[in-house]
Amino acid sequence: MKEKVSCLAAFTKGLIKENPVLVMLLGTCPTLAITTMAVNGLGMGLATTFVLVCSNVVISLLKNYIPKQVRLPSFIVIIAGFVTFVSFILQSFLPDLYSALGVFLSLITVNCIILGRAEMFASKNGVAASLMDGLGMGLGFTGALLIMSIIREALGLGSVFGLSFGSWFEPIGFFVMPAGGFFVFGMVIALVNVLTRYQISRKKIGCASCPHAAACGGEAVACEAEAEKEGA
Amino acid sequence: MKELMVILFSAILTQNFVLSKFMGICPFLGVSKKMNSAVGMSAAVTFVMVAASAITWPIYTYLLAPFSLEYLSKVVFILIIALFVQLVEILIKKYAKSLYNALGVYLPLITTNCAVLGVTILNVEDQLTFLQAVINALGGGLGFALALVIFAGVRERVDAADVPKAFKGIPSTLVAASIVSMSFLGFNGIVEAIFQ
Repeated sequence: MKEKVSCLAAFTKGLIKENPVLVMLLGTCPTLAITTMAVNGLGMGLATTFVLVCSNVVISLLKNYIPKQVRLPSFIVIIAGFVTFVSFILQSFLPDLYSALGVFLSLITVNCIILGRAEMFASKNGVAASLMDGLGMGLGFTGALLIMSIIREALGLGSVFGLSFGSWFEPIGFFVMPAGGFFVFGMVIALVNVLTRYQISRKKIGCASCPHAAACGGEAVACEAEAEKEGA
Repeated sequence: MKELMVILFSAILTQNFVLSKFMGICPFLGVSKKMNSAVGMSAAVTFVMVAASAITWPIYTYLLAPFSLEYLSKVVFILIIALFVQLVEILIKKYAKSLYNALGVYLPLITTNCAVLGVTILNVEDQLTFLQAVINALGGGLGFALALVIFAGVRERVDAADVPKAFKGIPSTLVAASIVSMSFLGFNGIVEAIFQ
């Protein structure tokens, strides 16, 4: 019974409360890069979710066998394996999506969300909880990408999921340009701030909120202190 | 020579890794708070990008491609980058203490910087020659440095500004990044115009 509750909690926290993109600001590179069309956002989100769930399960199963000193390289190899698998599937069944996502499909390997969940959750928790955690975080990521890409496609291309609004709408090219990505992301985060009535205690930008903090752990705090000392 | 210059300058200006390819956004937002750390981080990233390209290109061309193992490139490349970063860290810690003090703290963060894996994969995908690949990585690294240093300057001003409550912190930073990114659009076509 206890396990069940924690599974549900592990699943739901990724959706909103600890949304990897909108709250924890992880995985910003794909969030900005491929969200010019809703289809790409959805595809990227689901591909990442798949890799996240699989790697979480495998890492959770292997957590007692991976030596602590080499855990990061081991995690990365497991993740890279699943990314290779996903790119094969997309290449053969959805070639259009495969070419639209381009190099960012390969870069799922270094998506901070996946390594972060491996380090923070899967390597410490049971298989079922890790699976639900991966699913929740992945769907939270997908949701955030969908929001971003629907806004950008609607304003920048005048369509949603490829369905055009018609000729009365003049698309604003700015929103599908890189600059528009930063702009929309900033607006969405500001909106999240308002909607949550500033309840989210987002860590300051810096080493502490850096996604790699999960990877380099305590060193991150040390490195921040060291950087501070150098700055002074 | 002309071709190499075009690759170098388009990687720095028009095809900037951070501002137009969106790679390495995390350090771009995270380390740009102080000019000092921005310079240190960009130096470390540039070095690792060039070295990683120089190592992965021959491995891909002479080891993976002849045996049709191209699909292993992601796994192999990320392992090489992780090992290389670890090795550099150990070496400079032992033999170049002052360099370690300047760059060492940024090295562990670089393994998962997507600009590094990105440049190695783009090099082989675009079928560049060895020299072109190294120049492309150098340009990418310098472009990363340029964006980071410019943005560190912008941020020192933005952080001092009085912005609406909803935009405090990250949103205002992102909007500032949008404006910097837009200003880089001004370089469109300039590289081809200069060298042709």
